[in-house]
Amino acid sequence: MAVKKFMYVNRKAPYGTIYALESLEVVLIGAAFDQDVSLAFIGDGVYELTKGQNTDGIGQKNFSPTYAALGDYDVNKIYVEKESLEERGLTLDDLQHLVWEDEDEDWAEKDSIRLVSRAELADVIADQDILLSF
Amino acid sequence: MGLLHTVNKSPFESNTFDTCLGYAKDGSTVLLIEDGVYAATTGTSAADKIKNASGVTFAVLGPDLQARGLEGKLADGIKVVDYEGFVNLVAESDSVQSWL
Repeated sequence: MAVKKFMYVNRKAPYGTIYALESLEVVLIGAAFDQDVSLAFIGDGVYELTKGQNTDGIGQKNFSPTYAALGDYDVNKIYVEKESLEERGLTLDDLQHLVWEDEDEDWAEKDSIRLVSRAELADVIADQDILLSF
Repeated sequence: MGLLHTVNKSPFESNTFDTCLGYAKDGSTVLLIEDGVYAATTGTSAADKIKNASGVTFAVLGPDLQARGLEGKLADGIKVVDYEGFVNLVAESDSVQSWL
């Protein structure tokens, strides 16, 4: 089977709607198919990755720790749009530090998040075979 | 106490927050809940609008802010309430307008 480039485009904040959780579920299912997977976080989607989420008070599952497991599923290209962070008064420090281990380099730990401009991300999106929008 | 307005949408995703501000008269209270809490965070244009809206009291639902990991990003001048505080705001208000 030919490997295709799959990108999941995430544009919704977590908890207020079900999109963010559903996207994550599909990413985990898709990870079993050994494809070239990327994730993009645009607009309110960047809120999915904030650290320190605690849902005890709202009676919903806190699914944010799952993002840290994506590296183990070879999902390690996570694009975060710079302009979206800035509009929301956020920096990379406000997001989880997501990493993966590179088996070609003696399991060296590497950053999964790639901070990119809107223009750069547009190029990455244009290069995909399959786009899945959430 | 005047009207209580609630906003549950992100200010980046819809114009609900701006519409609410246009209708919030002096003496009223705006309570930000669910994805509405993003309007209460520092460094956003929504927080600037809150700062400039004198005469209106702003509150945010703490559990929704905590769920989103943004407790440390709360802008100045916004009161944090829990669910009991939400109920009290409703009880003290003449009526409630939910901007959905």
